[in-house]
Amino acid sequence: MATSAAVLSRTETARDADNVLVAKGLTKEFAGFAAVKDVNLAVRRGSIHALIGPNGAGKTTCFNLLTKTLAPTRGSIVFDGEDISRLRTSEVARRGMVRSFQISATFPHLTARENVRVALQSKYGTAYHFWRSLRAVAPLNARADELLEQVGLAGSRDVTAAELSYGKKRALEIATTLALEPRVMLLDEPTAGMGHEDVGPITELIKQAAVGRTVLLVEHNLSVVSTLCDRITVLQHGEVLAEGNYAEVSKNPAVVTAYMGGVDE
Amino acid sequence: MVRLLLLAVVAVLAIAAPFYFYSVTLMTVMCFVIFACSFNLLLGYTGLLCFGHAMFFGGGAYITGQILKATPISTELAILGGGAAAGLLGLVIGYLTMRRQGIQFAMITLAFSQFIYFIFLQAPFTGGEDGMQAIPRNDLFGFVDITSNSTLYYVVLAITALCVFVYYRVVHSPYGEVLKAVRDNQPRVESLGFDPEKIKLVAFIISASMAGVAGGMKAVVYQFATLTDASWPISGEVILMTLLGGLGTLVGPVFGAAGIILLNDYLAGFGEWALVSQGVILLVVIVFFRRGIVGELSALVRYLRRRNRTEAPAAQPAAATSGH
Ligand SMILES: Nc1ncnc2c1ncn2[C@@H]1O[C@H](COP(=O)(O)OP(=O)(O)OP(=O)(O)O)[C@@H](O)[C@H]1O
Ligand SMILES: [Mg+2]
Repeated sequence: MATSAAVLSRTETARDADNVLVAKGLTKEFAGFAAVKDVNLAVRRGSIHALIGPNGAGKTTCFNLLTKTLAPTRGSIVFDGEDISRLRTSEVARRGMVRSFQISATFPHLTARENVRVALQSKYGTAYHFWRSLRAVAPLNARADELLEQVGLAGSRDVTAAELSYGKKRALEIATTLALEPRVMLLDEPTAGMGHEDVGPITELIKQAAVGRTVLLVEHNLSVVSTLCDRITVLQHGEVLAEGNYAEVSKNPAVVTAYMGGVDE
Repeated sequence: MVRLLLLAVVAVLAIAAPFYFYSVTLMTVMCFVIFACSFNLLLGYTGLLCFGHAMFFGGGAYITGQILKATPISTELAILGGGAAAGLLGLVIGYLTMRRQGIQFAMITLAFSQFIYFIFLQAPFTGGEDGMQAIPRNDLFGFVDITSNSTLYYVVLAITALCVFVYYRVVHSPYGEVLKAVRDNQPRVESLGFDPEKIKLVAFIISASMAGVAGGMKAVVYQFATLTDASWPISGEVILMTLLGGLGTLVGPVFGAAGIILLNDYLAGFGEWALVSQGVILLVVIVFFRRGIVGELSALVRYLRRRNRTEAPAAQPAAATSGH
């Protein structure tokens, strides 16, 4: 009895060691309405994991809970073996879990290079140096330019983010996120609102960026999901409906009804 | 190079100005230039609308005045003391309000400034309704006599230059870059591992200190400090100056402050008309010149440059592309 419990807990810890992010019983209620209900989620280290589901399923709310933008009503979140349920967004980010937003989130009045440099300052430790000239952050320019090059924005270095096209804004966001060298990257609909011509390059970019790190992404475009993702969790009405790889999930009758009967994407 | 030349021209004009204009008016303009810069640091570069900025201006004036009246401490240190006191007040009020955003923040700062105003009204050292009178101008550095306005002018000019430099430095610092990012998108800055509330608090303290220095200087120039300095019309005036000059432009506050002070001076004899004209100006700026004087001018310069750039290459092969 005692031995079997010990064995069980040992296999469970072994499994958790493979998972960089584990959420248990995650619940968020807005004035009685549960946007996320008892969600269990385990994201394997080094994988690209997708969170899909119809509009209003609770995907963004899940992201907000995982990155501590929202406090969960119930449930625990463990990141890399550490319980982060009580930490703040900025603390979670400094531990290596960084998110992007569903609506594009650049700093419109700053140039592309400055956008990335702000993120680089997070680790560089100059954020409060108000008495120094910008020469103090000049050493960051090389890395900033490298990241811009990586996402194909080398030519837009000195253009303010407001003047960039939508696709380029999203690429800039990825560069800014990568600047923190996150171990886990959460991307909320990185291809939403994009024209066909931009979806391919962004998908390729995510694939590149995922090397050596874990990516959790919300995505409506199923062809993007099928090419990128190792594992898929389907949410509906705030609850997990199915989980598995693309072949398994797309054959699951409950998922088929949810997508056919639900809001057409 | 052009900038250096421009700076030199401004310096020469500033040094020669008291020979052509009334020095007290010029000194008033400079006090409000600093005040407006401090306000622009908040509204233009941090995105915080403070409706009670006069509490720092008035606080600086009273503290500087009190130091000069009660002690033999030299004038420049007394002004610094006014700035430090205002900065401390900024720390406390900023700490209590920084969670709030937008109109909520504006309203809470207004409430706090009314509260501070009430304290100044009741506190014995301020002289209540009568104000603090006969503030002496203690010797600068303990040995330079500054009782004459023509000497004081250069002291005020030097302090103003220093404050504008500090303001410039903050805006163009590594911190300034993060500050602008907070203004543009606070949640994103937080998601990148910063603590935006702390970042904004630092800006609030710097801004309050600068406003305190401005108030302290005004107390030295006029040799009195009154409740008016801490009252909401002053808070309103600095908003007007900043908007008129151009929000989030570096030299906008300079033009805005000069414009409003000179206009007030000119209209002083017309009583209520000064207020009416301010209202009209605010309306015109909001409706037609959203970017303020400096904002509109630099937009015009940018437009002209762009037109030149697109015309220049088009001019040469004009014959070849005339088919268009
Ligand atoms: N702050 C909030 N207050 C109240 N209700 C909210 C709040 N945020 C989200 N909701 C509700 O929770 C539900 C889930 O929203 P969420 O944004 O997580 O969905 P989503 O899966 O990201 O949808 P989409 O595909 O449209 O982005 C929705 O019904 C939404 O109205
Ligand atoms: Mg969403």
